[in-house]
Amino acid sequence: METQQQLDNFQARIDAGEKIEPKDWMPDRYRQQIIRMGSQHAHSEIVGMLPEGNWIGRAPSLKRKLVLLAKVQDEAGHGLYLYSAIETLGVSRADLIDQYLYGSAKYSSIFNYPTLSYADVCVIGWLVDGAAIVNQTKLAQSSYGPYSRANIRICREESFHKKQGYEMVAKLASGTPAQRKMVQDAVNRFWWPTLMMFGPSDSDSPNSAELIKWKVKLNTNDELRQHFIDRTVMEAEAVNITLPDPDLKFNQETGHWDYGDIPWDEFWDVVQGNGVMNRERMKARREAHENGAWVRKAAQAYARKKKLSREQAS
Amino acid sequence: MSTDTLTTQKAFLKYLLRLADDRLILGQRVSEWCGHGPVLEEDLALANIALDLIGHSSALYAYAAQIEDKGHDDDYFAYFRDDYEFTNLQLCELPKGDFGFTIARHFLFSSFSYYQYELLKNAKDEQFRGMINKHLKEIKYHLRHSRDWVLRLGDGTEESHERIQNAFDEVWMYVDELFYTDDVDEIMIASGNGADVNSFKDDWKKFVEDTLTEATLTIPDWDQYMISGSRNGMHTEHLGLILTQLQFLRRSHPEADWK
Repeated sequence: METQQQLDNFQARIDAGEKIEPKDWMPDRYRQQIIRMGSQHAHSEIVGMLPEGNWIGRAPSLKRKLVLLAKVQDEAGHGLYLYSAIETLGVSRADLIDQYLYGSAKYSSIFNYPTLSYADVCVIGWLVDGAAIVNQTKLAQSSYGPYSRANIRICREESFHKKQGYEMVAKLASGTPAQRKMVQDAVNRFWWPTLMMFGPSDSDSPNSAELIKWKVKLNTNDELRQHFIDRTVMEAEAVNITLPDPDLKFNQETGHWDYGDIPWDEFWDVVQGNGVMNRERMKARREAHENGAWVRKAAQAYARKKKLSREQAS
Repeated sequence: MSTDTLTTQKAFLKYLLRLADDRLILGQRVSEWCGHGPVLEEDLALANIALDLIGHSSALYAYAAQIEDKGHDDDYFAYFRDDYEFTNLQLCELPKGDFGFTIARHFLFSSFSYYQYELLKNAKDEQFRGMINKHLKEIKYHLRHSRDWVLRLGDGTEESHERIQNAFDEVWMYVDELFYTDDVDEIMIASGNGADVNSFKDDWKKFVEDTLTEATLTIPDWDQYMISGSRNGMHTEHLGLILTQLQFLRRSHPEADWK
């Protein structure tokens, strides 16, 4: 049973900017929130390998193939750091994976959109990784130590991905008519889903207040979304890309860009499993997991045998 | 008078392309695992191996372009040649199969590459030698990775034993080609830039046999029917489909800059 004194002490540590470490006392609800958020983040990295992985085989130059492979490999690495960070709270990676493959755990809906052209992976690098950095830079300051440190590492790699994506977007945008068409089409399809990555508006985000109180999150979804839009509008202009929102207007009073209505119906639809690629993504991940079961079993059996023979020898 | 005398320059070009084609095609195959591995650590490892292989092919192609001296670049060889112009081993183009097949194939290829590169690391040509020495470090890691998995799968569970045994049985008829040689090799060896693969054939076979034995596996018959012809452009039908995927975008927009 958590006492008020424990909760007050915990809040005082948070307010003083201290990091919470695995063996420290923490409210059960805090533990649950970190597990929920962190594992959702980890699952997203793993599912996120699929849309970009779709273009590794078709990348248009050896250099671009290497860049893309390295990027997708980084996402697997991020998944690994995050699972390890969350495992410090006493849950196993195997259980977390079961919860998203067969249970109700979620991953970011952005990965339920298909990558229809090579320009899509460039735009994902620019917009999706760009949005992820805005989120993760803040999460790198979050109160739970292991999660915060995992995000610091992730951010370094994500900024590199974003630069590569933006560089390629700029190249396509100043390329042949076919390349320009390809990249504008990709931006048109990914713009709104990217804005949705920050989550529902603050008024519709049930977990936000609690997460902010505990400094798991430091900003509201809307604040982060605005920050991303302000930055991206200028980047788009610099490379002659049109963002598909006729209502984008600079607001002199607020100093921010005003934007049009986000299609939240689509967001909730995709969250509930009804996007173009939702079923495909889950199917691909389940198949990988199930087809790999015999490999994992063999590795365990072999390790047991080796341990036994070492024990018998000593 | 023969119109196709093989000059040292042409032999070098062909030699580099054979090495590069093996690595590009196998790298393309291994990269298919990305996002679909049996465990997260293997997603990382296999992506890493694919990265190395494709990176090696790119360096070898770039040098081939330099030797050829016709204004081509690395991408030219990867993207603008047809099936029959590729000289990779059929071993490298076979579908990735299950994890056991991928491992069995990679163990055979990386162990062979290890012995081959151990000889090539002393090549006379400085630029070639530099490349080989750099790549050899990575090949050692690939060999350790695949050998460890041969042992784990062979001596793991009944199912894994059966799967990896089947994989070796299936892939066995493609191994003889690793030791194929012709006048390209002769010229390269004579010029101090080639590896005499037959000089290590017995050592390689012993290494493979020892590993399979340690993994409690049965060594398939070395004297069974073995396919041949890859180095002169003979392939399975799988290669055409790999190239369809690999080359489609680049060939659809040949005038565009994708670098």
